[in-house]
Amino acid sequence: MTSLSDVANSMAPRVPGTRALGTGLEARGIHAWFGKHHALENISLDFAPGTVTALIGPSGCGKSTFIRTLNRMHEFIPSAAMAGEVLLDGKDVYAPGTDVTKIRLQIGMVFQKPNPFPSMTIGENVLSGLKLAQLKVDNKDDLLEECLERAGLWKEVKDRLGAHGGSLSGGQQQRLCIARALAVKPQVLLMDEPCSALDPGSTLRIEETIRQLSETMTIVIVTHNMQQAARVSDYTAFFLSDGGPGQMVEVAPTAEIFARPKDKRTEDYVTGRFG
Amino acid sequence: MSSVKPTKPWVASPRDRFRDGLIFVGALAASFAIVEATALKGKLAYFFTFFIILTIANGVSGLLRYGLPAAKDAALKTLVGLGALLTVMPIASILATVISKGYKGIQLNLFTQDMSMATPTDPLTNGGILHAVTGTLTLVALSLVMSVPLGILTALYLTEIRGKFTKPIKFLVQAMSGVPSIVAGLFILSAVLYPITKGYSGFMGALALTILMIPTVARTSEEVLNLIPQDLREAGTALGGTQWRTVAMIVLPAARSGLITAMILGVARIAGETAPLLLLTGGGDKVNPNAFNGPMGSLPYYIWKSFNAGSPEAITRAWAGLLVLVVLILILFTTARYLGTRKVSR
Repeated sequence: MTSLSDVANSMAPRVPGTRALGTGLEARGIHAWFGKHHALENISLDFAPGTVTALIGPSGCGKSTFIRTLNRMHEFIPSAAMAGEVLLDGKDVYAPGTDVTKIRLQIGMVFQKPNPFPSMTIGENVLSGLKLAQLKVDNKDDLLEECLERAGLWKEVKDRLGAHGGSLSGGQQQRLCIARALAVKPQVLLMDEPCSALDPGSTLRIEETIRQLSETMTIVIVTHNMQQAARVSDYTAFFLSDGGPGQMVEVAPTAEIFARPKDKRTEDYVTGRFG
Repeated sequence: MSSVKPTKPWVASPRDRFRDGLIFVGALAASFAIVEATALKGKLAYFFTFFIILTIANGVSGLLRYGLPAAKDAALKTLVGLGALLTVMPIASILATVISKGYKGIQLNLFTQDMSMATPTDPLTNGGILHAVTGTLTLVALSLVMSVPLGILTALYLTEIRGKFTKPIKFLVQAMSGVPSIVAGLFILSAVLYPITKGYSGFMGALALTILMIPTVARTSEEVLNLIPQDLREAGTALGGTQWRTVAMIVLPAARSGLITAMILGVARIAGETAPLLLLTGGGDKVNPNAFNGPMGSLPYYIWKSFNAGSPEAITRAWAGLLVLVVLILILFTTARYLGTRKVSR
């Protein structure tokens, strides 16, 4: 059996900052609370443009909470509070006067469960972001094809764009949701366990999609699947909660995390000794 | 070719069914005998003696075959079945009475004439309920136009905005659905009709009906909107939609069939309402196309007035009006069920 570090090593090494994108996304001292419960403590993490960062760690350690602070979805929970800064191209997304809908346009999100809009067809689902954010495009058909192509779904649905999204299989629905997120051309894509509800075949398709997408955008993916982290990511961050708030134990290039983790707890987790 | 035949060992055998049938007929005969032999009289006596005997007989039959647990099971099964029957009986009885008494008054002129040239005591060939049907439809349409937007907006406040006043508003809406209709009528009478318009009109009646309809629409819409998964709202906002655009483009279309049901349940709530209309519409006998001026007839008002007139013709008129009203409400409920269960896809 090949070890995870071999898998990670076999991926072409990539250096952040080699692609001409913005200056990326930076989290500075992020804390998060739900009511009195301190869920996340002092997370600082940089996401270089054009890289894939995997967040791993046991359930309840705050990975999802963390990525939801990045595109300001955290504030949807009524008892939520936070501290720290999230810089997108050097500007704090929590700064007063920031247009939060613009932030979410630039930082797209794919959810754990596929959630196509039930009242819309496949085509309408892909383009729904344009209508929601009232964006104009010159050629909708081209955009539709481009997004579905990039999400690896075009061949399967090109003859039934008028069918409802719910008629697709779970894996196809998730790729439809990815295509929907791509249509508004985000700079960063957050993925919260996008493959946890899918079979291995669909998972593989989505991982291929992630590798392709990372050519042009920054991707942050939460995953419970260590193999997946090794396969798709350039960097891996390990989160852990010892009963108190979730903390980031270690972040390093993915090959290093799996071959030579600095922290004993990381080593225990990636070798399957707990979690 | 397989030689195995499909069987259903869990289905009652012909012998079992024969025995159960025997018990049923026996219970029927025994209840007749008891009613004849004792001082008990009437249909209800038959029903209740039959009810008790069948329950006991099925229980004993179970006891003899499988013991006490089976006896309890068989007795309870019988009780539940008869209980369901007991619930359906009054509804079926009402429908049967309305149809049997109402059909005599149904003739063509009923739907082409109004009562402006006739009195309730006239022969049935003279006069009709055109004014009442058009009046009821006008009242319902006006109430619909006023209460549906208000009801759905209230539901949206409760489910989407969830502001500071969510709890008191929820409480008020629930309390409002218990407001007696005469109170709504008196309120419009004293707050609008006497001080402002100073005259009967369909619009006054529609205002009172709106007060009665809003809670039904709001509460049903709220339940429907609560069923829309939170995921969809988050997905909408994560795509850069504002809350309003997410609600308008994703949440409301996803809830469409449920909202239609809410609307029709609201209509069914008010279509047969009588008390406020007695106070506010003036109950004219003529087709009145202007809802804002002059008395307007309605089916409940027509029924009330005809019954009051007392002659056999008038009472037949009332039953016919009742039949038309029941059929109207039945159509609305059927439509509601059809629209509510229909799949959005395809």
